[in-house]
Amino acid sequence: MADPAAPPGVAGSSAELALELRGITKRFGALVANDRIDLDLRHGEIHALLGENGAGKSTLMNQLYGLLRPDEGEILIGGRPVHMRSSADAIRLGIGMVHQHFMLIPVMTIAENIVLGDEPQRRGMLDMAAAEKRVREISSRYGLAVDPHALVADVGVGTQQRAEILKALYRNAKVLILDEPTAVLTPHEVTELLAVLRELRARGTSIIIITHKLDEVMQIADRISVLRRGAKVSTIDAAGATEQGLAELMVGRPVLSEVERGTSHPGRAVLSIDDLHVLDDRDIETVRGLALEVRAGEIVGIAGVDGNGQAELAEAVAGMRHVASGSIKLMDRDVTDASPRHAAEAGIGHIPQDRQRHGLVLDFSLAENSALHDYQREPMSRHGWLQPKAMISRVKALIERFDVRGAAPSAPARSLSGGNQQKLVLAREISLEPALLLAAQPTRGLDVGAIEFVHRQLIAQRDAGGAVLLISFELDEIFGLSDRILVMYEGRITLEARPDQTNEREIGLAMTGGSSAPRAEAAS
Amino acid sequence: MRGRLHGALFPLATVVLAFVLGGLVVILVGANPFTVYKQLAVGAGLDWPLQYLPGHPIQVDPVVSEINLTHTLTYATPLVLTGLAVGFAFRCGLFNIGGQGQYWVGAYLAVEVALYTTDHWHGHGREAVVLATLAAALMGSAWASIAGLLKAYRGAHEVISTIMLNWIAIFGGQWLFGLGGPLQDKHSSAPVSRTLPLSATYNSIWGFIPGSSVTVAIFIALGAAVAYTLILARTTLGYEVRAVGLSAEAARYGGVSVKRSIVLSMAIAGAFAGLAGAADVMGSGSFQIQTTNLQVVDAGFTGIAVALLGRNTGIGIVLGGLLFAVLHTGANNVSSGLSPELAINLATIIQGVIILFVGGEIAVRWILSGGGRRRGKDEPPALALSSPSPEAPA
Repeated sequence: MADPAAPPGVAGSSAELALELRGITKRFGALVANDRIDLDLRHGEIHALLGENGAGKSTLMNQLYGLLRPDEGEILIGGRPVHMRSSADAIRLGIGMVHQHFMLIPVMTIAENIVLGDEPQRRGMLDMAAAEKRVREISSRYGLAVDPHALVADVGVGTQQRAEILKALYRNAKVLILDEPTAVLTPHEVTELLAVLRELRARGTSIIIITHKLDEVMQIADRISVLRRGAKVSTIDAAGATEQGLAELMVGRPVLSEVERGTSHPGRAVLSIDDLHVLDDRDIETVRGLALEVRAGEIVGIAGVDGNGQAELAEAVAGMRHVASGSIKLMDRDVTDASPRHAAEAGIGHIPQDRQRHGLVLDFSLAENSALHDYQREPMSRHGWLQPKAMISRVKALIERFDVRGAAPSAPARSLSGGNQQKLVLAREISLEPALLLAAQPTRGLDVGAIEFVHRQLIAQRDAGGAVLLISFELDEIFGLSDRILVMYEGRITLEARPDQTNEREIGLAMTGGSSAPRAEAAS
Repeated sequence: MRGRLHGALFPLATVVLAFVLGGLVVILVGANPFTVYKQLAVGAGLDWPLQYLPGHPIQVDPVVSEINLTHTLTYATPLVLTGLAVGFAFRCGLFNIGGQGQYWVGAYLAVEVALYTTDHWHGHGREAVVLATLAAALMGSAWASIAGLLKAYRGAHEVISTIMLNWIAIFGGQWLFGLGGPLQDKHSSAPVSRTLPLSATYNSIWGFIPGSSVTVAIFIALGAAVAYTLILARTTLGYEVRAVGLSAEAARYGGVSVKRSIVLSMAIAGAFAGLAGAADVMGSGSFQIQTTNLQVVDAGFTGIAVALLGRNTGIGIVLGGLLFAVLHTGANNVSSGLSPELAINLATIIQGVIILFVGGEIAVRWILSGGGRRRGKDEPPALALSSPSPEAPA
């Protein structure tokens, strides 16, 4: 390592900075995505970049990684201005980026993926032995455990992410950009990642981390920069910052990280599932004899690691996936294997996990999207003829009530930001007054302000006597909202608990199939 | 409304660019592109309205220009209908290459129904025309529905099945109307159907020459374009078709039956193409099926280009059909400085460039949106987490 690591927290001249951005401005038409942003990164520093969806974080990082060129301003590396035309230039200058969605080839081994594009050669031939040796070297130096021979398709997300980081280190990255690295990880994997990042920092790597999760920022960052609507609001030392303060900086107003809620008063059973079996797209049984009940006036949260059958369960309940066997009842009505329309008409509102693929027709207008379930009924249509006026007046009311910002009723849903798209889905599903609201990953990818809003709506739904089935990979969300927590593991409910009688460790262990008692002891 | 204007800009730019490139070809062979394009416009009869300009600044032959213009409009009529046939299926996300087959089966049944009705119900030519028109629409609809049903219930790709149905229609016609075929005109030695009596053809509304004068079929085409627009924009059926075309998954989530939408959109598309067959056989040409034409007529295929250029909108398809008709009829008049082969082919070159540009844009869009979405940036990384990762360090 050529660069001596400067101790964090010491302000330095340009030469002592790993990286400096001066007055970066980027416009897309009339939209100013980045407005004269100054940002500096010290050697061996972890610098967190915070901001709501659409605040301009990705645009800024894409310029730093050579994918976009700034309209104004300059980028300095080691005190010298640089001009990058592509990510290849960025890599040459020692910048590495780990994208939110991994750029790995599943059918190749980890070592092959890491060296891809910069393969060690011997007499013009690929020297795989040398490649593996280098991968082992780097991985042991930084404590990034991977098996170089393993196929990417066979390893977990955490390992894939380590491979991505190794890929950047293999190319001698001195500056590492991580875009929402913890979004896909289990709590255990998050802890591991944070340890790796600390190790990298100790060895002089400078890190920019983009995230929505304030608790992680507090744990790991040295300094924090907050963007709001394209401009930098401030850069502060992490020491002394509070989550509440950061959330306020991001949103521009006070935010409640945990929404207030009263006690629940569960009534009659609304949803009863018994011995449910469902196959996934590959015909593998992913829901295996699941049973659960959701009552009126309660929120039941299903915790679990992605891929344990939650997606198939939600789709089966919503009528979008064939039920192999078992039964689903909504109040006294059998909705096993109902069509999506029958399920909706029976009283199931569904906030689908992938709002862009399922929840919205992105090229339909807001008005048309709001009528997705009831376009065929009066007053949205009459004798087969659509009633655009009825659609528009209703969507206007929904926009008002659910605070959907950024587009007119006749604009395509695509033009909304992610948070506002989700608000539109939520508005539509809640406005149909469902007996059961099925919310799958309802705050995925949303910023703190939007998350707070969604949480409030779910609780309001509960308080109005609705049953809510929440599926989430975020334990904070599960604990913050649920009246009962169910852990789903390998297609079954393996643990049921009340949030005040359990803790994140117990739930986290159950999520990974661990029996809670002995491990909980070992951990304490 | 800015969006709508923007939507019209690209097809316009495409056409202009195609004419510029065609002009370059003309320059390459040593002729003057302005002269050539003027001859093209005159050949298509576009100069006809100029005779009414005050003071007659431009010399117009009223008779010739009228013949040319009526010829252009007559030629445009089936192109608009086949364009609608392709466009409607497109709006449901289906690529209907079967316009040609649907056109022919529509024409076959139209001829037979018209003949049967006039044979058995003398003096009722008008009723024969109406029945034959309906029969053509139903036949085209049924033919296209085969591909729709195969797609919806068997997953057979509509491109493959409609192409196969085209050949079945063409060779079926060759057998039916060919020499010794069951429907061949027994009084003729040619492989043709019987000729429709004039009473059982579309009424001429403008023009001198039977077979190339403008008939009421043009109203059928315009009415179809209006119906196309209304169905898509204003009916629940159109809502379903558009939803499926834009996002079949979201449509299914919303409760739309994707299968039903596929079958219905193909059925409606086929009706348009069947009407195109009726418009040709009862409105222009020789008022009979000539088997020598079965593999020559390309209205069904030109309809693909018309729909692409018209961006699958009703008004766009009407304009696109007119443009391709202008190119076709105008080319017959291009002579100055060009060899006859090039004169005719110039129109084809321009058509080709238009198709290339429009098709190229579609391909780029597909890659950027549809094709890209498959491998999806929104998809979670493909992995199985059902078992905890064994390599987690202790």
